[in-house]
Amino acid sequence: MNAFFEFQFYLFSLLAIVSALLFVTRKHPVPAALWLVNTMFALSGLYVMLDAPFVGVIQVLVYAGAIMVVFVFVVMLLNLGRSEITDMRSLGARVGAGVIGLSLAANLLVVLRAPLPRPPLAEQQDNVVTPVAASLFSDYLVAFELTSIVLLVAIIGAVLLAKKRVRA
Amino acid sequence: MIAEALIVSAILFSIGVVGVLTRRNAIILFMCAELMLNAVNLSFVAFAKMHGVTGHVFVIMVMTIAAAEAAVGLAVIIAVFRHFGTVDLASLRSLRG
Repeated sequence: MNAFFEFQFYLFSLLAIVSALLFVTRKHPVPAALWLVNTMFALSGLYVMLDAPFVGVIQVLVYAGAIMVVFVFVVMLLNLGRSEITDMRSLGARVGAGVIGLSLAANLLVVLRAPLPRPPLAEQQDNVVTPVAASLFSDYLVAFELTSIVLLVAIIGAVLLAKKRVRA
Repeated sequence: MIAEALIVSAILFSIGVVGVLTRRNAIILFMCAELMLNAVNLSFVAFAKMHGVTGHVFVIMVMTIAAAEAAVGLAVIIAVFRHFGTVDLASLRSLRG
């Protein structure tokens, strides 16, 4: 692992964490959404560093490209972009949430007390999609098909929920 | 490399939890949930470096379900906004006894 690679890994990690912190502290929904998009781009970079370039591309396309656009679109639709009052809870609740968050992070970091086994040296593959696709369409075929049903139900549900009620 | 990715994942997940606990805007709460899903995805990818390509498959599944969840959730938020005229969760008190 050369120094340049390591530097980039830490750079993307720092970008992700700082963007996430800025995301939860923004008052207005639109800047918050844009910082979250920034977090997702940094995570996509991390995925590429972790030998998952396909997942990185999907991250940018689906998360940053599709899901966050829907969020910003709803903010625009509901005209929430210029709300004057803050939606933060009271100071006590914020301090409590910070304590809970820190203790949760400490809990999650307990995993590092045991040394992780060294990963086997991954063989360099030119084709990064083939292994994922082979696993997705053979071992996890049932889950994949069920996912398509979930998407169909979500489409129907979203249309039903969001359409204007016509009074009979 | 894997340990560092897991640290970043834990920190991002905690930031998402803190966001859920401190905000009252329903849309921002949803975005915090997306941040938590992303943190879990990062640990999936990190473990996939150790255990093979299954982690990537699950990341793709999580993204699909997240897209479906975002579509339905935002439709619910639009319906709530139509009914109550706000998405501030503190002002939705119909179920409060």
